[in-house]
Amino acid sequence: MNTPLSEDEMRSRILRILGEIAPEADTTSLRPDVSFRDQLDLDSMDFLNFVAALHKEFHIEIPEADYPKYMTLNGCLAQLSAARS
Amino acid sequence: MAEFLMPTLGADMTDGILVQWKKKEGDRITKGEIIAEVDTEKAAIDVESHTTGIIERLITRPGDKVPVGAVMAIIREEGRPTTSVASPRTITTPLAPPPPVHRIESIAAAPSQAGRLRISPAARKLAAERGIDASTLQGSGPEGAITLADIERATTATAGVAKPVGAADRQGRMRQTIAAAMARSKREIPHYYLSTTIDMGRAITWLKDSNEQRPVTERLLYGVLLIKAVALALRRVPELNALWKDGEASRSERIHIGTAISLRQGGLVAPALHDADRLSLGELMQNFQDLAKRARAGSLRSSELSDPTITVTSLGEQGVETVFGVIYPPQVALVGFGKVVERPWVADGAVVPRPVLMASLSADHRVTDGHRGGLFLAEIDRLLQEPQSL
Repeated sequence: MNTPLSEDEMRSRILRILGEIAPEADTTSLRPDVSFRDQLDLDSMDFLNFVAALHKEFHIEIPEADYPKYMTLNGCLAQLSAARS
Repeated sequence: MAEFLMPTLGADMTDGILVQWKKKEGDRITKGEIIAEVDTEKAAIDVESHTTGIIERLITRPGDKVPVGAVMAIIREEGRPTTSVASPRTITTPLAPPPPVHRIESIAAAPSQAGRLRISPAARKLAAERGIDASTLQGSGPEGAITLADIERATTATAGVAKPVGAADRQGRMRQTIAAAMARSKREIPHYYLSTTIDMGRAITWLKDSNEQRPVTERLLYGVLLIKAVALALRRVPELNALWKDGEASRSERIHIGTAISLRQGGLVAPALHDADRLSLGELMQNFQDLAKRARAGSLRSSELSDPTITVTSLGEQGVETVFGVIYPPQVALVGFGKVVERPWVADGAVVPRPVLMASLSADHRVTDGHRGGLFLAEIDRLLQEPQSL
């Protein structure tokens, strides 16, 4: 069962996942509308690991065609809210 | 009786520091099992044993810096009796002269001034790096000056084992290691360069379809297709899969693809994906992910650093279209891939947009000629046109 999560809770979980993938990156000053790749120097493998971690954390299916929607923090929040509502 | 030696984990590694033994004297060890952790310029490496047997004697102590090739331990091979002469423990003369442990800093310290610490510049720098208060130490150098060896000993004494090298220091040393290997490459290897543009349309379409069937945790990156294509093309042109040793190329039976992985703190490593030609794309992807993760966490295995028989570098992520690589000695070839870009392409007499990729080969002219190199790139192209058979 998907219990509703507050946006703050989702945000903090996403930041935790990013922190695990790029431990040396500063996620506190992350700009929500700029892509993770540009801000955190993620490569395609990091991004794949990020998407897989989102899938495990939030129990959502993420088809490859939807990857672009998960490239920013706000994009992730919008997708997660839609998927879990 | 087999000797476990300080391995060479990179083209220009001269020595390493034993961080810790993973086995005790009397323990059984099998070939491929981790016997020790060794700190090098690039990372702390889990070193594997090349022998199966019983560990007879551990010679090197944690914290000791020993040169490549020095005997670190003695292993009694399986099925062989203990030395008939005497137990190694009772041998008074060591089987091999003990390696020169620590290069003693012999530069005399600055003339003593009242209250001034007598310490060599190198020792002072090391003490600062390791957070050791040199004024509390008893110097063993000329006139009681504190030497590098004293600092090494103090580190071992305070930490039990040598402290891992600090990140900033490691970065500086890694730069030096890369510089040495690349300078050697450009000094010794007569490179020739070839490139070709590959239509990636079929490969990308196939990958997209394949990934649609795969769960998110098992999806493939196109980089894995490139690695597999290189591995299979090497079967066709095996002379590129070789190491230059003692004035001649020695071909490798197995295909271990060194994959250049950039580290976030700066620098890069190119550990091996073992037997890349024999793994499925799924297995290659898993191994690649595992390798990248461990490379960045600094927990690579010795065989991964010493085994590559060729290197593949993909710089497409950075937006570049063509790579002109420098061969990593003693290898004799390096394959570079740029970014997949949409370009006008002529197919069946019509201009159509196609995703294309520039593949390049840097190869050692002592070993191969442009003709064979060209054949190799053409084979990579051909393989990528049949992605389902990769």
